[in-house]
Amino acid sequence: MDSSGDVTLAGVGKAFGDVAALDGVSLHAGARETVAVVGPSGCGKSTLLELVCGLAAPDRGTVRSPPAALMPQRDGLLPWLSALDNAGLALRVAGESRAAARAAAHEHFTAFGLEGFERARPRELSGGMRQRVAFLRTLLAGRPVLCLDEPFAALDALTRQEMQDWLAAALAADPRTVLLVTHDVEEAIVLADRVLVLSRCPGHVVAELHVDIPRPRRRTDPELVALRARALEELRA
Amino acid sequence: MRALLVLLVILGGWESYVGLGAIDELLLPAPSAIAAALVNDRALLWSNFTVTAREIALGLAAALVVGLACAVVVHLFTPARRALYPLLVTSQTIPIPVIAPLLVVWFGYDLAPKIVIVAIVCFFPIVVSTLDALSRSDADRRKLMRSFGATRWQTFRLVEAPAALPGLVTGAKLSLAVAGLAAILAEWAGSENGLGHLVLQALPQFETARAYAAVLILAAFSVALFGALTLAERRLLPWTQSTG
Repeated sequence: MDSSGDVTLAGVGKAFGDVAALDGVSLHAGARETVAVVGPSGCGKSTLLELVCGLAAPDRGTVRSPPAALMPQRDGLLPWLSALDNAGLALRVAGESRAAARAAAHEHFTAFGLEGFERARPRELSGGMRQRVAFLRTLLAGRPVLCLDEPFAALDALTRQEMQDWLAAALAADPRTVLLVTHDVEEAIVLADRVLVLSRCPGHVVAELHVDIPRPRRRTDPELVALRARALEELRA
Repeated sequence: MRALLVLLVILGGWESYVGLGAIDELLLPAPSAIAAALVNDRALLWSNFTVTAREIALGLAAALVVGLACAVVVHLFTPARRALYPLLVTSQTIPIPVIAPLLVVWFGYDLAPKIVIVAIVCFFPIVVSTLDALSRSDADRRKLMRSFGATRWQTFRLVEAPAALPGLVTGAKLSLAVAGLAAILAEWAGSENGLGHLVLQALPQFETARAYAAVLILAAFSVALFGALTLAERRLLPWTQSTG
């Protein structure tokens, strides 16, 4: 594995029993690049991230990636742990003591707008806060690649926009190679350098859009709106 | 509150049924006679209660320790599941009234056979509900742990074990319901004291009210244990509560 941050998939196919999830997917994400993958539900987007994270092996093709951290579809927070302990979970797994993991997580709590909620359990947090804890947990795993699986799908529209802007700022402050899977085209264009459009099941890449809009991006930017329309058209094709 | 009202109506009906002379007091003592027995025989009841309470508490504790250990071993080592699970189920088909006297012959008349019998009866619900909770642990959470490079033991300690704690408590609650019964059966198989022994002695002495008082004390003890467990669950596993 290389640690430069490049992710490369070449001709990747994956099936579950008789159901083909991915069929000949090729993609490349350069170091510190954010690549969004959009596609209809059930087109193998989550499977793609599992392959990159090494949680599953492809049936065909090759997957090359440095160690990647997964932020699963639902926040995946453990209900019995405090926000602080949830955020530091990857550090505990890496062998840090509870105190060290908490200290490392706490350093980010102010920047993540979580101050005062260190001891709160997940169900005491708002949806946006839970996603921020989950993202912090993913960041603290210390991997060069982040795999975000529909990170904001469970949020209401307004909170989702706030969280997208927040994530854009967080990534600007601490750049990583990011694979963002989403079915929200606008989210993909607001956040990503490139957007790949996946076909219906079995998924393969049908279009690639370069987003050359300077950050921070406004959703009302005519260029962004035009790209969004194009992406939606590709999705329907 | 409503349950209390129903109880009062039942007690009132019972009292008047006996009071009107519809049945011999030796066959069915009135609630007031049972209350009187509770007061008059309090020393006798108390000394026998402490014996039975100890049997139940130690038997339950043994069942918890052994049951938890079995559940963890069976969960972590797949071959153990195939080897142990049939034995676990078989252990439940043993009729306790039959083996209780045998255990008394084996272990003697004192505490040991009672603890063993209570533990055998309580062990099964604990193992099954804990094992069930362990094996139903969330696949997404395990996947997440795997993405962090967690070992099998780390996944167990950080994810599966805490998730299974409510299952363990449920098993303990189910066991509590049968622990009293098991202790009485064990005492009937051969003993020199305890509430079950007291009941056996009270009946031929025509002390029916005393027998009822003993039953009442045992029931109250079980309810108290159940309440304590529920309270402990609320304190120790606050994330399982739906509100708050």
